[in-house]
Amino acid sequence: MLVLNFLRYPKQLINELLIGDWLIIILSLVGIFYLFQSLWTSEHAARVQISVGNKIYATYSLNQQREIHLHGKLGDAVISISQGRARFSQSPCNTQYCVHQGWLSHAGQVAICLPNQISLELLGERKLYDSLSY
Amino acid sequence: MKPIQIQTTVDDHRIAKLAAFAIALHMVEAVIPSPLPGVKPGIANIVTLYVLYQYGYAAAAWVSILRVFASSLLLGQFLSPTFVLSLSGTIFSLGILWLAFKFPKKYFGPVSLSILAAFAHIAGQLMMVRLWLIPHAGVAYLVPIFALAALFFGLVNGLITSKLLANDGRKMVNNE
Repeated sequence: MLVLNFLRYPKQLINELLIGDWLIIILSLVGIFYLFQSLWTSEHAARVQISVGNKIYATYSLNQQREIHLHGKLGDAVISISQGRARFSQSPCNTQYCVHQGWLSHAGQVAICLPNQISLELLGERKLYDSLSY
Repeated sequence: MKPIQIQTTVDDHRIAKLAAFAIALHMVEAVIPSPLPGVKPGIANIVTLYVLYQYGYAAAAWVSILRVFASSLLLGQFLSPTFVLSLSGTIFSLGILWLAFKFPKKYFGPVSLSILAAFAHIAGQLMMVRLWLIPHAGVAYLVPIFALAALFFGLVNGLITSKLLANDGRKMVNNE
């Protein structure tokens, strides 16, 4: 009933809103727009940065076919680069989250293997995060 | 042996009645299918907001928490992930309501509080999802959708609350 009343008198609906309410609605809309912008658009990555422990191990171009063998805390992991994408193809960890994350191709995407302390981050023209650390 | 007697006050009875209203609305909502798990109108929050304005923060917190526990028992979700998400969302939104209720009432009405509470609810839930249920960065992709839904339903619930309060003659409760 109440809702129907609102539909009948849209002006009444607007009158219920105070200045602060408008402020919050507008700020929320801007915030949501920004969230969509930052989380849903991404450029293709050019390079992949691999970290072992808290050190950057190396940065490779994605424009190549390559398998990188690394030695992490638990054992040997394999990272593959192919057709502008990168992924963990083998990891000694139990959960295998890093492997299941699959191919990464957009800038800012990361795959982190916490047990084995190896992570890879795709880099584009600009950096999305200042730093990532355990 | 002395029998245990619980003394109830008028306030207790009122909180119980209002919580029953909230539980009923929660049950109605549980039947409505949702396009995306987690996107729900949250109409029970209308009761929370209404109680906040009419009877103060403590009553609103009671009604809200009682609603979460009782509804989960009725739906058979007690102590399940659904219940934990519901509880964490509710605790977050009660936190923000406590803060927002101190805002000047001249500028910030029930709609503001409703929207902020909806955001807090979804923030609390998503945090729980990210930390416990789906420990994966991909959860971030869902944030804009949930935020948009929170804004929409927060606005609608806020308007309904504001209308209800206007109809009942708003008793301004001093939070001090």
